[in-house]
Amino acid sequence: MKLFAYTRATEQDVAVNTVSRNQSAKFIGGGTNLLDLMKENVEQPNQLIDINSLPLSKIEVTRNGVRIGAMARNSDVAYNAIIQERYPLLSQALLAGASPQLRNMATVGGNLMQRTRCYYFYDTAMPCNKREPGSGCAAIEGFNRIHAIFGASDQCIATHPSDMCVALAALDAVVQVQGPKGDRQIPITDFHRLPGDTPQIDTVLQHGELITAVDLPNLPFAKRSHYLKVRDRASYAFALVSVATALDIENGIIRAARVAMGGVAHKPWRAVAAEEILVGAKVNQETFRAAAEATVKEAKPQKHNKFKVEMAKRAIMRSLTEVGEMA
Amino acid sequence: MNDPTNKAIGKPLDRVDGRLKVTGAARYAAEFPLKNMAHAVLVQSAIAKGRITNIDTSAAQKSPGVLAVITHLNAPKLASPQSGGGDSSGGDAQVTAANAQSGESGSAGGENPFEKPVPVLQSDQINFYGQHIGVVVAETLEQARHAATLLRVTYREERPATVMAANLANAYKPQSLLIPLKPDTQRGDIQGGLKAADVQVDHTYTTPNEHHQPMEAHATTAVWDGGQLTLYDSSQNVNGVQKTVANTLRIPPENIRVIASFVGGGFGSKYPVRGHTILAAIAAQQVKRPVKLVVTREQMFTSVGFRSHSSQRIRLGAKKDGKLTAISHEIHTQTSVFEEFIEHVGVATPMLYDTQNLLVTHRGVRLNLPTPTIMRAPGESPGMFAFESAMDELAYALKLDPIELRLRNEPERDLEKGLPWSSRSLVESFRQGAKSFGWERRNPEPRSMRDGRYLIGMGTATATYPTNRMPSSAKVRLLADGSAQVYLAATDIGTGTYTMLTQIAADALGIPTERVRVEIGDTKMPRTPGSGGSWGAASYGSAVQSACVAVRAKILGMARLDPRSPLKGLSNVGMDIREGRIFSKRDSSRGETYQEILARNNLKVTEAEVESTPDEAAKKYSMHAFGAQFAQVRVDPDLGMVRVTRFLGTYGAGRILNPKTARSQMIGGIIMGIGMALHEETVVDDRYGHFVNHNLGEYHVPVHADIPAIEAFFVKENDPHVNPLGIKGVGEIGIVGVAAAVANAVYHATGKRIRDLPITPDKLL
Ligand SMILES: Cc1cc2nc3c(=O)[nH]c(=O)nc-3n(C[C@H](O)[C@H](O)[C@H](O)COP(=O)(O)OP(=O)(O)OC[C@H]3O[C@@H](n4cnc5c(N)ncnc54)[C@H](O)[C@@H]3O)c2cc1C
Ligand code: SF4
Repeated sequence: MKLFAYTRATEQDVAVNTVSRNQSAKFIGGGTNLLDLMKENVEQPNQLIDINSLPLSKIEVTRNGVRIGAMARNSDVAYNAIIQERYPLLSQALLAGASPQLRNMATVGGNLMQRTRCYYFYDTAMPCNKREPGSGCAAIEGFNRIHAIFGASDQCIATHPSDMCVALAALDAVVQVQGPKGDRQIPITDFHRLPGDTPQIDTVLQHGELITAVDLPNLPFAKRSHYLKVRDRASYAFALVSVATALDIENGIIRAARVAMGGVAHKPWRAVAAEEILVGAKVNQETFRAAAEATVKEAKPQKHNKFKVEMAKRAIMRSLTEVGEMA
Repeated sequence: MNDPTNKAIGKPLDRVDGRLKVTGAARYAAEFPLKNMAHAVLVQSAIAKGRITNIDTSAAQKSPGVLAVITHLNAPKLASPQSGGGDSSGGDAQVTAANAQSGESGSAGGENPFEKPVPVLQSDQINFYGQHIGVVVAETLEQARHAATLLRVTYREERPATVMAANLANAYKPQSLLIPLKPDTQRGDIQGGLKAADVQVDHTYTTPNEHHQPMEAHATTAVWDGGQLTLYDSSQNVNGVQKTVANTLRIPPENIRVIASFVGGGFGSKYPVRGHTILAAIAAQQVKRPVKLVVTREQMFTSVGFRSHSSQRIRLGAKKDGKLTAISHEIHTQTSVFEEFIEHVGVATPMLYDTQNLLVTHRGVRLNLPTPTIMRAPGESPGMFAFESAMDELAYALKLDPIELRLRNEPERDLEKGLPWSSRSLVESFRQGAKSFGWERRNPEPRSMRDGRYLIGMGTATATYPTNRMPSSAKVRLLADGSAQVYLAATDIGTGTYTMLTQIAADALGIPTERVRVEIGDTKMPRTPGSGGSWGAASYGSAVQSACVAVRAKILGMARLDPRSPLKGLSNVGMDIREGRIFSKRDSSRGETYQEILARNNLKVTEAEVESTPDEAAKKYSMHAFGAQFAQVRVDPDLGMVRVTRFLGTYGAGRILNPKTARSQMIGGIIMGIGMALHEETVVDDRYGHFVNHNLGEYHVPVHADIPAIEAFFVKENDPHVNPLGIKGVGEIGIVGVAAAVANAVYHATGKRIRDLPITPDKLL
């Protein structure tokens, strides 16, 4: 591990300016991802700005919905009564992630920014375009069971590992950002990128920009929602495939639908094709099957993850069925 | 006098070391605070085969705090396994004992594989990815870790062979296996037996590479004082470490002291000595300071052994009534290119069931991977997954209940050795286990049992593990205050050694357990075998028992001849001991305490040291523990996720010294078996030859949520033959057959037979 300077920020402006001025500086939240990456020499910042003291951990009801402060801990969000009541899929997604100890430390901002769990990315002895642009992608010809089936490039086939972000994608959340040049808002579905030719860039967040909050728009039918995670063990494993679903149903007809997937792409994957089929259709297995099939039509699996296509299909159907059966 | 008064043995005594452990007072190998300690960090190769052409250490040397950078260019010359150790006297004790124990002439060639020199940094040759190529020593751990990243290594790389399936063409017949089982076992006429069958099963099963990953990482703290070396080592075999390090460094074993007072799990990986222990010793010598070296979690994937991948073809033939006509078990496993370790995967097959026609073969494939090693129930663990899965397949083919199939093939004696069983409670285990588990509620039809959208399945399998015993010594001191101290080199790797030896000593001396102090894990104490082969209780226990009896005899001898003693003239059988007071059986008022006898004789202490060696039992009997494993699973048929919802194991394992620690061993074994069934697999990337998922985030072991309520109990078994205490050992049998029981339950639930472990969701879609 390289030596680094450490400062605790008490003001947002100072935090933003300090990081903006130093290309090698990073914010640190719960540290549950960044410290691991530093220990493995995957990331080597020379300055850490600790943002845990910034007053950004409130969860509050706003006119348009709910605002979650960027420093709110994953566990606090998951067990928040308003979140549990209005956005159960978000609570479920958070609780499906990591372990209680990690969730107690992990922040919402850090969760958005967490990096892929691709084995080769973590191993500095391996080529990896995300870690070292131009070095090649070890996963494409390697062991790629946990990799993407949607939106990958010939430079990188990694997935974004977050559960929370899948729920946020289904909810059309908006990320609030403060930068050196002022504030801006980024819709969650634009926040993470596809790898393309620059897999080293995970998100559209610019260096020095601080995530201050995540806004959840009012979405009454999100009460009828569900997060399903398929994984290799009962807990404490990243998703092979996950699905966040919310349905607005009236008289057996779907009026609005949200379907997002995790574990399948470089970003939380909104299943737009599925949503299009669902809206206006009857609540039944044929509808769900058609939605699932439309989603996986564009899947391009790798050598070791062909199963994800079938798994994704079944997970979508299961998740829709669960929500469809809700009162 | 009646032999053990038997008040502590059989009681669920709490771990005597429990308090030390939960309060953090128990010191592990990396926790001895020594003055002036330096820290060492391993450097590993980033190729699997080839040669190092250059190592540039200049940047590392200049890095702050660095005290030494040791590579093959400047490492001291060490003994090689070929050249043998400096002094090999006594080195063969254990393996020869194992041969004697099993009653067979060993194929191990007489040399103890766990005492051979362990050469490190002796050449530029790279044999596997992650091979130790250097060690960096610095003032602090952080400095050493950073400097270790500054080494610039260049290689001339060759194409490695790292995947067994791709190299089966190069399979060879090994000279020997670790234990005295020949690579090939044959009896009767296998082809004839198969032909005579009404029903046949012929399938290939595989188990993946698996890693032990005990909770406490391997670590060594090395301290030199002149020519004397002390090693605080996370080891399950202190005498083995002493001998191996002596052989490697070519110094007398007496100059080495190895201490392993507490060990946070081992599962076999801490039995052999590995390179890091040697490197810690070398590093400490070089910097002339104590050196601490902790193997990181990631490095544990390449530095301390693993369980080899296995591929096992099983052919079974049976008559319509279920009687087996043939058993064939053909096994491939891997070893490294520089050492041989071929796991005895088929070890249980020849003796388990009644058949005249049998074939078991072991073939090895040499790969550019680290050398595999023993891991909890080596042999039985992978072997019984395959064999007991095949038995289940046969039961279905015969439309016979799987338990009934096993009962119909219960052998009267060990057909391979031609010996009677010392005791065998397989049938009783199945009978009692099936009853407790509710086996009769099982509808044998696959996919017939449901709970809402989930499929439910029940499966069963046999468990077995041999009863081993090794020569062991122990010293017991009875002090003037009537308390006792027990000393032996043995280790407690979490199994409860401290506790069960306390119970044995208390009973043998007739004093309460609180008055016994057991000290183990130190080569300064009488020599013992390491903790392995489930022989700890039988070997250490027998030695402690004899030493106590010897001390007791000395003291009683004094009293009997002493006119001042109320015990004068009493015979041995005429006396009894309770709470440290010896008295006449006829007249309990006639007696006195140990304290009184010692005080009168002006003795501060009376002691005895004994070496206890196995008797001829192994030549007369086939000695094994047996059990029955029962799993219930719930499978999500759409998503392929399997949960074990219930597990029950029933075992006949001789006398149970402590039902609490013994049950914990069973439960631990079952949990590890569930991990083997559903989760554990280390994947090799054949292009680089490295273990891809080399961390605990991606190498999955069961977490709490994966583990249901587990029941484990022992059937009453009185075995007068195995050893004086009637102990069979419980450390390993718990894992055996678990993976098969789970896989059989998954088949019952889904109608899908998974023959390749682990049973991950993708395989059930
Ligand atoms: C063993 C393990 C298992 C896990 N399993 C799961 C799982 O199953 N599902 C899952 O979803 N996650 C899982 N995680 C990941 C976990 O959710 C993330 O590590 C966590 O959310 C990161 O949050 P943090 O606050 O600790 O981030 P940090 O580690 O502090 O930071 C991560 C990154 O975010 C940046 N950052 C932090 N806050 C801000 C901000 N406000 N503005 C801008 N940038 C910021 C940092 O600079 C850094 O680059 C697991 C992690 C571990 C270690
Ligand atoms: S998939 Fe992406 S992260 Fe993984 S090795 Fe390839 S480039 Fe690196």
